[in-house]
Amino acid sequence: MKTNEAPAAARPLATTGIAREGVLQRYGVWLAAAGVLIVLPWIVRTGAAVPIMNQMGIAIVFALSFNMLLGQGGMLSFGHAVYFGLGGFLAAHALNIAGRGGLYLPVPLLPLVGGLGGLVFAALFGTFSTSRAGTVFSMVSLAVAELMAASSLIFDRFFGGEEGITTNRAKAPLLFGLEFTRDRQVYYLIAFWVLVAAVAMYAFSRTPIGRMANAVRDNPERAEFVGYSQRRVRYISFCAAGLFAGVAGGLFALNYEILTAENMGLNASGGVLLMTYIGGIGSFVGPVFGAIIFTFLQSMLSDYTGMWLLYVGILFLATVLWAPVGLAGILMLHAPAWHAGRAGRLVGPYAVAGVLGLVAAVGVVGLLEMIHTVLVAESPTGIKPLFWTTVNTRTVLPWLVFAALVVAGALGLRWAGPRAATAFAEANRPGATR
Amino acid sequence: MTPAIELDGIYKAFGNTSIIRGVNLTLEPGTRQALIGPNGAGKSTLFNLITGKYPVNSGRIRLKGEDVTGLTPYEINRRGLSRSFQVTNIFPRMTVFENIRCGVLWALGYRYSFWHRADAARDATQRTETVLEQLNLTARRHVPAGVLSYAEQRALEIGITIAGGADVILLDEPTAGMSHSETEHVVQLIREVTQGKTLLMVEHDMSVVFNLADRIAVLVYGEVIAHDTPERIRADARVQEAYLGVPQGVA
Repeated sequence: MKTNEAPAAARPLATTGIAREGVLQRYGVWLAAAGVLIVLPWIVRTGAAVPIMNQMGIAIVFALSFNMLLGQGGMLSFGHAVYFGLGGFLAAHALNIAGRGGLYLPVPLLPLVGGLGGLVFAALFGTFSTSRAGTVFSMVSLAVAELMAASSLIFDRFFGGEEGITTNRAKAPLLFGLEFTRDRQVYYLIAFWVLVAAVAMYAFSRTPIGRMANAVRDNPERAEFVGYSQRRVRYISFCAAGLFAGVAGGLFALNYEILTAENMGLNASGGVLLMTYIGGIGSFVGPVFGAIIFTFLQSMLSDYTGMWLLYVGILFLATVLWAPVGLAGILMLHAPAWHAGRAGRLVGPYAVAGVLGLVAAVGVVGLLEMIHTVLVAESPTGIKPLFWTTVNTRTVLPWLVFAALVVAGALGLRWAGPRAATAFAEANRPGATR
Repeated sequence: MTPAIELDGIYKAFGNTSIIRGVNLTLEPGTRQALIGPNGAGKSTLFNLITGKYPVNSGRIRLKGEDVTGLTPYEINRRGLSRSFQVTNIFPRMTVFENIRCGVLWALGYRYSFWHRADAARDATQRTETVLEQLNLTARRHVPAGVLSYAEQRALEIGITIAGGADVILLDEPTAGMSHSETEHVVQLIREVTQGKTLLMVEHDMSVVFNLADRIAVLVYGEVIAHDTPERIRADARVQEAYLGVPQGVA
């Protein structure tokens, strides 16, 4: 293969480097993100929107911190919620102390307390967690999570037992006279911290240690032969991830004003793994998508069905099996087509496959919901509202209809899927004209 | 002059199998040396001992006069020794540029810094670009290293090794699996990047060995049986018997 055939257009970019990029190019994405965060509560005005967006913001910080381990450091943790939870508990206690006048701690600074808590415990548990990578790291993370679950029962005073720890942000001292009594005020506080934490985590990924975290992920042995201790690199990444998980925990404490042991349990650790993976671990922005989708499903879907976790599980399974690059990864695969001006050619084939996929999905969901009605939900009549209609699970017709949808959608996909794949390959073919 | 590398009675066994059996070897600084020997002689193992990948059972290893026996690979690397691998050992998901930069960061003092922006580190960028130019990989700088051709990956492997500016370089079969013209290119590259440095190279291609090396060490069954100039090695009866004596193996 010849090595000296760079497209002429790539040359100047390669030689000028990043130093001469304009302010807008370098910070444009962040300014846009800040703009979106500012106007969002004025656009989405339904009653539940602001609390859900708060939840999303917390999940975004948490998922981004998780991806510092998984995506950037190659460390699959089953216990990342430990640092989220410990940061949250410390923040809640600090807020309570502040409320009694024992500490000058205004509410806006609470995430810093959470971050400090996450950092301290990550620095402690990281000493042995990060000595090995791979399976050993995962197993130790699980052990630490179990250890904390057991501790939460023993250290009753700190973790508050079954009821957890409650706090009240209205009692804390004020900073600049800012009270956080209304949803929208809390929203802007969380949005501010989400942006600060995201910028900081991105900046970390671009530092020498952040780059070497990638190197240790890719090839720990080689990293040692260019002067870096793989263990030290993992440890520093781990501490940084703990810090930001703690910030997310602090945000949780100030938003919900309650923390229970559940917040640092295995379910919470599993949740952040699911959302990060669904969003895509290969790029910085992936976990943001994942956190938004996961929170959306969690809060919206759970209103409609008792099986929302099953659907999230199916989504996770589908991601692992068919799209391990995650949502952000899928979008990035289309970059060549986009740059070649050929993305438009994909709309048709994708729409056909999308509609057929939707048909199959409706069929699957219909069947699952009816099974759920029959097996779990006590409905003496067998009547269940479903999608656009109401079905009676005791009659044969709805079963047949939804089964037919599954079959039709699946058969259609067998035809449309390869066509969409071909169109994708065509559009992303290097070279060729616009 | 202080030797670049001094091996003093190195012994290594895996279980009951002795691989390295009392190796003594002194490399003068600024020389290019080749380590040859039949398959299974322990050449790669010796590399792994010198670079700290495996601990020795006994003996001392001195790097530029300093005892480095028992140090970790990164501690030895920080003292100015760098190595490449027989099987390509790069950072496959990072770009070609970043691969080289990984070899540069520690040497330029960035260490575990989280207060520098890597892309703004001009000295690191410059050194990386110089190396890319030497490797003829400038045009491939934004490509993930994992998708490079085999020959390009081998060149990158050497690039990561020399990027940090170490003055003692160990190359493990740098031309393995390469075509004739690719080999010529790599020999030229090695000559260029090891100018004024100490090179120890495991190599099976005798034309490369006799082309590059000032001196040759012959390792047979874990012992150095000869260490001399190429001419004398060629004439050495023991070497001929143990290794070069097989006419077809010389190719």
